[in-house]
Amino acid sequence: MPLDHNPDKKDFKVVGHVKTRPDGVDKVTGRAKFGADMFAPGMLHAKILRSPHAHARIKSIDTSKAEALPGVKAVVTAADFPDNPDLLANEELVNIRYNVMARGKVLYDGHAVAAVAAVNPRVARQALKLIEVDYEVLPHVVDVELAMAPGAPILHEDLRTNGEGDEPTNVARTIEIGHGDIDAGFKEADFIVERTFTAGAAHQGYIEPHACLANVSGDGSGEIWCCTQGHFMVRDFCAQICGMEVSKLRVTASEIGGGFGGKTTIFIEPVALALSRKTGRPVKLVMTRDEVFRATGPTASSSTHIKMGCTKDGVITAAYAELHYQGGAFPGAPSDMGAMTAFACYQPKAVKALGWDVVTNRPKQAAYRAPGAPMAAFAVESVVSELAAKIGMDPIDFRLKNAATSGSRSSYGPTYSDIGLVETLEAAKAHPNYSIPLGPNQGRGVASGFWFNFGGQTAVSLNVNIDGSVALSVGTPDIGGSRASMCAMAAEELGIPYENVQTIIADTGSLGYNDVTDGSRVTFASGLATIEAARNAKKVLCARAAKIWGIPEDAVKWEDGCAIPAGPNAGEFPPLSIKELAAQAGETGGPIAGHYEISADGAGPSFATHIVDAEVDRETGRITILRYLIVQDAGKAVSPTYVEGQMQGGAVQGIGWALNEEYIYNDKGLLENPGFLDYRIPVASDLPMIDTQIVEVPNPGHPYGVRGVGETSIVPPLGAVANAVAAATGTRPQELPVSPPRLLKLMKDQPLAAE
Amino acid sequence: MAKVVLWGSLSRLADGRKEFDIDAPDIGRMLAALGSEAPKLKPILDKGVTVSIDGTLYRLDRFKTIDPDSEVFILPKMAGG
Repeated sequence: MPLDHNPDKKDFKVVGHVKTRPDGVDKVTGRAKFGADMFAPGMLHAKILRSPHAHARIKSIDTSKAEALPGVKAVVTAADFPDNPDLLANEELVNIRYNVMARGKVLYDGHAVAAVAAVNPRVARQALKLIEVDYEVLPHVVDVELAMAPGAPILHEDLRTNGEGDEPTNVARTIEIGHGDIDAGFKEADFIVERTFTAGAAHQGYIEPHACLANVSGDGSGEIWCCTQGHFMVRDFCAQICGMEVSKLRVTASEIGGGFGGKTTIFIEPVALALSRKTGRPVKLVMTRDEVFRATGPTASSSTHIKMGCTKDGVITAAYAELHYQGGAFPGAPSDMGAMTAFACYQPKAVKALGWDVVTNRPKQAAYRAPGAPMAAFAVESVVSELAAKIGMDPIDFRLKNAATSGSRSSYGPTYSDIGLVETLEAAKAHPNYSIPLGPNQGRGVASGFWFNFGGQTAVSLNVNIDGSVALSVGTPDIGGSRASMCAMAAEELGIPYENVQTIIADTGSLGYNDVTDGSRVTFASGLATIEAARNAKKVLCARAAKIWGIPEDAVKWEDGCAIPAGPNAGEFPPLSIKELAAQAGETGGPIAGHYEISADGAGPSFATHIVDAEVDRETGRITILRYLIVQDAGKAVSPTYVEGQMQGGAVQGIGWALNEEYIYNDKGLLENPGFLDYRIPVASDLPMIDTQIVEVPNPGHPYGVRGVGETSIVPPLGAVANAVAAATGTRPQELPVSPPRLLKLMKDQPLAAE
Repeated sequence: MAKVVLWGSLSRLADGRKEFDIDAPDIGRMLAALGSEAPKLKPILDKGVTVSIDGTLYRLDRFKTIDPDSEVFILPKMAGG
């Protein structure tokens, strides 16, 4: 890519010094518009009827009584989402349609069966009760090991492992990653640890439920307002599922109250769109919290077997993993990502990781920060710390001895370029937190983590306003403060104050396609495109100055927000500021703008090391987090406070996953804790201030050296917390969350099992 | 001629071969050549894979150049959250 890369650039004036957030005032004063905040004249309200069974055949649906209820304007079922050639050519989209509205069978408790649009929410709810569904209840399975066992209830009669074989199965895919002679590696080992770990399915726990407003016109064109991590994705998926031309659908992303990966797909938007098309009126659809838990995508739950060996000097000789991930009712559990990331922090001589992607009668999993990695890291980091303890080596020294480095071969194959794991380990070891004395029933845990980071399709548009201020349009919803970073990078390039740039998230009609905000990609990819768009705008600005001065374009350069002669031979001209050039734009050639479109690659992986101190109450089983430190490589922190926020947020979500969060099903396969009262996420009063330290090892793939930071921070906490609990109690948690009842049982079953 | 390495379980669709020497100037042509040499791989390659060239991951860019001495890995299609 033709970029002027200078990742070692140090003299930033704006980047690295961002103080204010552009969306801050509206968010703290309640003016910001989220998914449920849009209204339209004549708007109807929609509600969805959901399956009360984990697995059942739909024998019939009778909507006549509901349709006859005064105030009801339309009812839709799967029949309102007919096949079309574009849809059928895309297996993933066929599954998304099935997930959006059940057809033939319901596959989990909460699966959508029908939807009603009515004049108000009360009538819509009443109508749901009048829809008669005749079910034939089928045997169900919600546990990954049971779903893999012979004789398990089968969800999809046409599913074959890797598309091969004659017998139906619940194992959608298998994968193997690795290199080296694994048997020889274990023979070389002086110590071997082998354990099996499980981690529950955690929900992203975004505070804002899914919400949208769809409005289809009489001419067949439509618009959707919704909270999403990717409105271009919403447009394309909805158009294909509803059989519309993409150009006839415009989607605007609202402010978003959290996504964390869970809003990288669709659940309700096609339903609202179909109801609006049927009624000819705007339709608003807002999920309840119960629906969010039962029918959107938590992460996969996992059962992971790990075997690792090391020499008495602390060199890991072999690393082996079997990862069983259940991803709910449709294929897609990220066992491949788990297999690739499991040992990515280390360089064992021999490594082998096997993954299974398994379907069960649970809601279809969705991405959750570094999907697939945290549960694998939990298992691996637990064993790594146990190995270190076995040979009497400090856990950070053990990790340093085996750490992946620039130029080493990654466990998933390729050779690493510039990476910063060693820097995070060294900084963690030197941090004061690592030497604070601990008291009784207290323990310290260490863990490291890795995430790939990604780029993706990105388009931005930068316009210079008449007063020299700048309007920047990006197509990636801001889920973590990216607007501030975009403003900073545009200001840095143009040499103007940060406050003179305003960034908006443009709708799908205003920009080229943008991939969803995922993979920690936005500061990297949209930032890269912003820098290039600003550089293109600078070329236009310099060309205008050249015209005004009557000299060649290449005799003008841009410096500190002004066009100036490039050298003494260009002539003597006073600088022309962006404000002066903008004021004359109409008479010098028209509006001044810069654009950039790219499929960005080269995101550069990020590593982190976490240290946690925990205290165990031996009577109640409660675990209190006393201290928590995150050290993470950000490449270059454009907005350091936002980077710290991302690091802290990921750690807190990981702590919740480790201590409390899990989907609990009863013997009928029904979710028993679909609410924040029974599904306990950490709140501010549960935790200490999370300490952070940013390490900057520049990413050679970005002009300023930026790496994504949004996902890596959730990878180490599960292992770090488990290691702290093991150190505090002398017993090793192998089942997460290590909730109070589990910890009490663990301490009772394995008292004083020394490690 | 670049050495192209398949992820572990992909080799079962290539008669057990894990490595291929392929002379191709860019990712798109490399994948086409790989699909011709091991036809059972083609459906997987067509569905989308991630290509690592000298340690950098490429998910989309078919025209990314491959040098003759590049280290090339074929990895599963990847996504984040």
